[in-house]
Amino acid sequence: MLKMKGITKTFPGVKALENVDFEVGSGEVHALIGANGAGKSTLMKVLAGAYGGYEGDIFINNRKVTINNPIDAKHNGIVIVYQEVDTALVPHLTVAENIMMDYIIQQKNVFMNWKKIRRFAKQEIEALGLDINVNRLVSGLSLSEKQMVLIGRAFFHKAKYLILDEPTAPLSVEETEKLFEIVRKIKNEGISVIFISHRLDEIFKICEKITVLKDGKNVGTFNTEDLTIDQAVEKMLGRKLENTYPKVEAVAGDTLLEVRDLSGTGGVKNVNIKVRAGEIIGLAGLVGGGKTELCKLLFGEGKITDGKIILEGKNTTPKTPTDAVENGLALVPEERRKEGIFVNETVETNITLPTLKSYCRGIFMNKGKIKKVSCENIKKVGIKTPGEKELVRNLSGGNQQKVAIGKWLLSVAKVFIFDEATKGVDVGSKAEIYELIGGLVKQGKGVIYASCEFSEILGLTDRVYVMYNGTIAKELITKETTEEELLYYSAGGGLNGE
Amino acid sequence: MGSNGKKFDLFNFLYKYGTIIVILAAVLFFSLTLENFMNFSNITNIFRSVSIVALIGLAITMSLTISGFDLSVGAIAGFASVIAAKFMVVWEMGPIPAIIVPLLVGILIGCVNAFFIIKMNIADMLTTLSMMFLLTGISITFQNGSAIYNFMPLPNLGGIAPGTMSKAFLYIGQGKILNIPVPVIIMLVVAILAHLFLNQTKYGRYLYMIGSNEEAAKLSGIPINRYKLIAYMMSGFIAALGGLVLGARLGSGEVNAGAPYLMDAVAAAYIGFSVFGIGKPNAFGTLIGALLMGVLLNGLIMMDFPYYSQDIVKGIVLVLALSLTYYKRKE
Repeated sequence: MLKMKGITKTFPGVKALENVDFEVGSGEVHALIGANGAGKSTLMKVLAGAYGGYEGDIFINNRKVTINNPIDAKHNGIVIVYQEVDTALVPHLTVAENIMMDYIIQQKNVFMNWKKIRRFAKQEIEALGLDINVNRLVSGLSLSEKQMVLIGRAFFHKAKYLILDEPTAPLSVEETEKLFEIVRKIKNEGISVIFISHRLDEIFKICEKITVLKDGKNVGTFNTEDLTIDQAVEKMLGRKLENTYPKVEAVAGDTLLEVRDLSGTGGVKNVNIKVRAGEIIGLAGLVGGGKTELCKLLFGEGKITDGKIILEGKNTTPKTPTDAVENGLALVPEERRKEGIFVNETVETNITLPTLKSYCRGIFMNKGKIKKVSCENIKKVGIKTPGEKELVRNLSGGNQQKVAIGKWLLSVAKVFIFDEATKGVDVGSKAEIYELIGGLVKQGKGVIYASCEFSEILGLTDRVYVMYNGTIAKELITKETTEEELLYYSAGGGLNGE
Repeated sequence: MGSNGKKFDLFNFLYKYGTIIVILAAVLFFSLTLENFMNFSNITNIFRSVSIVALIGLAITMSLTISGFDLSVGAIAGFASVIAAKFMVVWEMGPIPAIIVPLLVGILIGCVNAFFIIKMNIADMLTTLSMMFLLTGISITFQNGSAIYNFMPLPNLGGIAPGTMSKAFLYIGQGKILNIPVPVIIMLVVAILAHLFLNQTKYGRYLYMIGSNEEAAKLSGIPINRYKLIAYMMSGFIAALGGLVLGARLGSGEVNAGAPYLMDAVAAAYIGFSVFGIGKPNAFGTLIGALLMGVLLNGLIMMDFPYYSQDIVKGIVLVLALSLTYYKRKE
């Protein structure tokens, strides 16, 4: 039996976990649920030793243990399988080598006993009831097979507590079924499984107990049979959040952008949406629901296999982001540092890049004009920077995001796509970003706002499309919906009933 | 704390001006100890000796701006010299095709490099390494195994080569305008054009942005593949130009003559990162990098430093320059 008592974890400026108790029995499949930022992953990372320190006590079979690093965790039989399976695997080694990695590192012999390694690995794979050739390279495996390899590795470590962090988000229905079979099998071996997931329907299928976290606190632990999906959603949300969004009342005009039966990379299937001028459209959905993939596909990043994107009545299905920009689209991507900004360049260079052509005489840049435009824009967007020549990496997260947004405000784009625009942004900057978005719709632009924070969707948008599994599960009028309803549909709730 | 602050300032000062200080110090030292160092002919000599390294270094700089790498530039230069020599010496053509065709071939090779890097997704270093081997092989086959020069014996008892290297062509490598060697003028012109291109035009800005963050560049609407192609085409073109200067100076065509310049050119381009603390590939820096090595080697040779020990100097200069650039990035 594993028991966490009074766990508190503080990051600079944030209390991620506050006095959380959590208990898992042997051979139990236990779900950990909560909205984004509730502290599920943080709690499990504490248990897996991913952070150096924590306050509180951890007991295993009533014996107090200290877990300061992943090795401590392993010694205590705790193994975590993260959603990003690739970080824990070596792609160009075989399945056998990956499963037996610790054995290989720790063995005392100079020479490898490949036969033994393969035999052991094969035993683990077979014990899980799997059919993977242990001589295959991990790089050639599917995502679900990679998960299996990691579970096999945990099995070889004689893990007693297996943590699965959002394991099903990238899996297909059949793959999910297969994973559940394995979970049932290891449960029968007396191993406890802690299951983090956003998909409530799955949790109700496979877990015996559910612990709900909210804002870093434990709301309660329940037997699955005592709870309905609706009740679980209520517990995750707690009381309703106040509305702190400066809603701009803009009059919606004609249809600007129409997406018809769009399918493509990233599992986007049959998406139909419409954006009118002066309208903010919400794309609500949980992590892994396909929002980011859809945003990128609209912007020409990825391969469109079917369907059309029509802008102002013209078919403008883009092949590349360059096409999309030329057609009048702008994207503020989710991964700011990776995709949105150039951290080692100046603010000026960043915000004038998409529109650089307009500040050139022939092929030569007009540096005076670039400077002037930058300074104006920095003021307009409210970027707090010592000057236009400051490197973007020296700015705060919120100001970096304003740079990522600001670079499009100079363009003539008609439809703006925001993907998790306020992720990792402080409260003050959030409000300023909402104001910028409000300013856009006032000018008659269309806005698509993708977010997994439903309070934000409710406060900001006019209409919402809820995404689940790469497709639009439901279209709702923001005024007439609630956070419960959004969470219900984005967790796949409406699919069984309708 | 006080001493820490002082140390930090010193580093920042060295980061910005270290390379320049080393050059000035070297010039000062050599001109005080060597009486012939500062005279006009020795200075032009230094400039001429670095012209080919600088040109090939500028070619590499182009690929470095997009965070790429072009290892084939030495082979392109050698191949260009062979094509020019064969056109004139064996096929008796005039200087015009002997100049234009190698330059076009250089651009074409850049396209092929870009194709494999962009479409086949092979790492730039490996693509251009393959290209280096391929070009060296093609070139040696094309020159029938040996260098091409005036009055060379033709294979299979074909007598003596009918043509000669044209005077106009040799002028590229050996001529002087107002007492300044033509290779030096070409080097300076290319360096200035490359500098203008990279720093004053939108295209240059796009190249740097791709090198800085390819994904963000793509999502800003920059057609990244097109500009990567342009970078490799320019690399091929400038390398071929360097090859023509080389061929004209030697008065012969030999692919292996280009090979030794590759590593020196890489060094020049990377030393260039540190010039004025720019921290990224740049045309002016590459020129300074080449000159720095040229000054040091010239002075040391005049002081009877053994020529076979030159690489020690290059190694030390390079690692110091790289330390300045990369230690700064680590912060």
